[in-house]
Amino acid sequence: MREFKILAVVVFFTGLIYWGVEPFAHSQMHPHVAPADFAFKDLGTNTKVGDAKVGAETFLSAGCTGCHSLNVANMPSPMDAAAASASFGVVPPDLSTAGLIYDKNYLSALIKEPTKALKVQHKFNEEKPHPMIAFYGLGGDIDQEIADIVAYLQSIAPKTLSDKEVFANACQRCHDMKYDKVFSATDKKTLTAYMGTLPPDLSIIIRAKSYEYLEIFINDPQKNLEGTSMPRVGLTQKAQEQVVGYMEKVGDRKKAEREDLGYKLIGFMAIFTFLAYLWKVKVWRDVH
Amino acid sequence: MAEIKKATGVIDWLDQRLAVKVLAKVLMTEYWIPKNINFLWAMGVVLVVLLKILIISGIFLLMYYKPDINLAFDSVNYTIMQEVEYGWLWRHVHGVAASVIFLVIYIHMFTGIYYGSYKKGREMIWLTGMALFGIFSAEAFSGYMLPWGQMSYWAAQVITNLFGGIPFIGEALVVWIRGDFLVADATLTRFFMLHVLLLPLAIILLIAVHFYSLRIPHVNNQEGEEFDFDKEAKKYQEGRTKESKVVPFWPVFLSKDFFVVGVALTGFFYLVCYHYNFAMDPINFEPANNMKTPAHIYPEWYFLWSYEVLRGFFFDVAGIAAMDIGLAAFGFANVIFMLLPFLDRDTERVAPAHKRPLFKYWFWLLVIDMIVLTVYGKLPPTGPNAWVGFFAALSFILLFVALPIITKMEAKVGGEK
Amino acid sequence: MAVEKSRRDFLGMAFGGFAAVGGVIALGAMKKTWDPLPSVQSAGFITVDLSPMSEGELQTLQWRGKPIFILKKTAEMKKNASRDVVAGNKDYTVIIGLCTHLGCIPTWTPKSAQFKCACHGGEFDASGVNTFGPPPRPMDIPPFKIDGEKLVLGEEGPEYLKLVKKA
Repeated sequence: MREFKILAVVVFFTGLIYWGVEPFAHSQMHPHVAPADFAFKDLGTNTKVGDAKVGAETFLSAGCTGCHSLNVANMPSPMDAAAASASFGVVPPDLSTAGLIYDKNYLSALIKEPTKALKVQHKFNEEKPHPMIAFYGLGGDIDQEIADIVAYLQSIAPKTLSDKEVFANACQRCHDMKYDKVFSATDKKTLTAYMGTLPPDLSIIIRAKSYEYLEIFINDPQKNLEGTSMPRVGLTQKAQEQVVGYMEKVGDRKKAEREDLGYKLIGFMAIFTFLAYLWKVKVWRDVH
Repeated sequence: MAEIKKATGVIDWLDQRLAVKVLAKVLMTEYWIPKNINFLWAMGVVLVVLLKILIISGIFLLMYYKPDINLAFDSVNYTIMQEVEYGWLWRHVHGVAASVIFLVIYIHMFTGIYYGSYKKGREMIWLTGMALFGIFSAEAFSGYMLPWGQMSYWAAQVITNLFGGIPFIGEALVVWIRGDFLVADATLTRFFMLHVLLLPLAIILLIAVHFYSLRIPHVNNQEGEEFDFDKEAKKYQEGRTKESKVVPFWPVFLSKDFFVVGVALTGFFYLVCYHYNFAMDPINFEPANNMKTPAHIYPEWYFLWSYEVLRGFFFDVAGIAAMDIGLAAFGFANVIFMLLPFLDRDTERVAPAHKRPLFKYWFWLLVIDMIVLTVYGKLPPTGPNAWVGFFAALSFILLFVALPIITKMEAKVGGEK
Repeated sequence: MAVEKSRRDFLGMAFGGFAAVGGVIALGAMKKTWDPLPSVQSAGFITVDLSPMSEGELQTLQWRGKPIFILKKTAEMKKNASRDVVAGNKDYTVIIGLCTHLGCIPTWTPKSAQFKCACHGGEFDASGVNTFGPPPRPMDIPPFKIDGEKLVLGEEGPEYLKLVKKA
């Protein structure tokens, strides 16, 4: 019938425009990048097997507590948030959960060469050093010492964390989440000077970026935003998924309600259309 | 003074005071529409339904939206989207309907072009329709600014900047429009006024005229056939409904419209709940930042063809700056559709495009050209994209220059026959 | 009869004309309601005292919502006769700090005496002239006036007009 032909033409051109303006255009604007690497292959592997008990001693001698708190072991931070912000630009993270949420490989590399693991070598060098000093070892096999520290951190970390807690530990020192009334402890002025720009509030980031983008971005910010000041934080895949899960909870709280109501609305309209069709046929029967 | 008698019922009571029975006949049961039509004729009612949806969802958004640059973004993305019961629904409905209404406007417009429903007495329908397109465009542009996201801000910045191209008064005009040297709070609040009050009033007024302008020339039909509406109406009223070439607006024409509306809204609610990024661009979920331009700025899809004409001319010609050529072409593109009834020199015949030997090629070339302009308006204007855009923009202008010529030729052939 | 008609016409026209004049005046008032507020207009002019600046120092301030870079040139930095702003016998770069590509704000790197734009890698020299990357032209010079060692942004002084002609 002619009307089906007309409908086909309309649908074809609409589909063509949609394809060109959405999937095609976006693929041109955001060229494909390599998928997330949760093994952090570029950092190599520390082959030594760590001893947590030895690590506890090493940790204390290594000087970490000069900047970092370890609340789970009753080691509070040496400075309050304001002083830490002024000294380092950002409040150094508490290390209680580091063993759980960060990749083991990554942690080893981070302790040995912070700017390399964090991927901020484009910003920090000898003239402008990164606030976290590299670990130069305590005289023994540095890789073994690092492995011991990592093993210690893993042993004291909690076994599970809520999504919100992972965010608080991994992201909150720079990013606010105001829709959940969660704010960074770092002073915003020093943070802006340290980073070059103020790290954005992440309340609605889940709507501003897609899952795919966030998965790749958090794992390696340089892939999507070359030159950015945001460090690679080294989350494990599970921890990262928890962070994104928290972002969804805060930024798209009504998702479940929306998906549920969708079926009902479409169902209602389908029945409406069916009844409309029946009535149309009845009315037009005497007219055709 | 009318003679008021004791009413025989509610209808009779109203009829004695407001003549509702005559009104119903004129507007509904004796408003005659040709029978020889297809579902494209339902687009007008679909537009009215979508407009109603926009107004109603807009009313609820208006209850919680704050037109202040410090409050706007959170009033939408926190209060409305997450706190207000069904706030998310009104916002999604409003955004998706705003995008979808333009798809239907284009289908409606091109249906008119295809079937020649813009000439031989129907010029006022066309002109009021194109005026509505312009006002709707302004309404969409002003509405998009309100959430105060990155796209809201930068689209406003770029488009208000364009007025700077007008000779002599340009720079002062830009400041006057914005109410500030850059897009700022003053700009937001005045566009809020336009979006919520002035433009909707203009739309409603124009729709009333648009509907009225249909009456005397009558609605067109698939063959462009002219017939005696009174004669056909009489046939219908005498019971020869199958013979008659017309049907009454109510209930016959509208019964088919309701079915089309049902199909449209079924698809619509799917988009509202499951597939809305095309209408609610993620970039606009970043709060506006006048110190940071997003890597990719683009207008909403329905403005892309026009945007591409603007940037399609990217090199200077004969001493005239590229930007000025682009601006002139942009002005041309936004006005030329208005002149369609007067550019079509085959003024005496109304026929569908497939019955017009040259116009049918012109029509499909125009459709393809506008689609190319739309898609390339979204792509970064670098390398080969810039050239495709140039040729598409040039073709657009040439198509309208060619129209009087080819339609004159058609008129001659028709006359000889 | 004819005389009466024309008198009626004249009165009608005078009445209509008077009402129309009132309408035009009302439109004029409405036009003024759209004008920028006094607080905005006055912020369009900013005076900057250049004398306390040290050589090589970069000052950033906002003017009409835009970032303005003022750089007091050192002896090593090349002079640029068509862009330098001279005040108190010292050379300054005075530019609107927006990359001419897409409007991002470039960062001043003192070591290489360059403005570098993070968005797409554009580079500008110490005079704000584009040297590399997508920017199509040097960073714009805002209208200014020299008043001794003070710089008044927003006013088109003779020095500004000279530079704009040279550029």
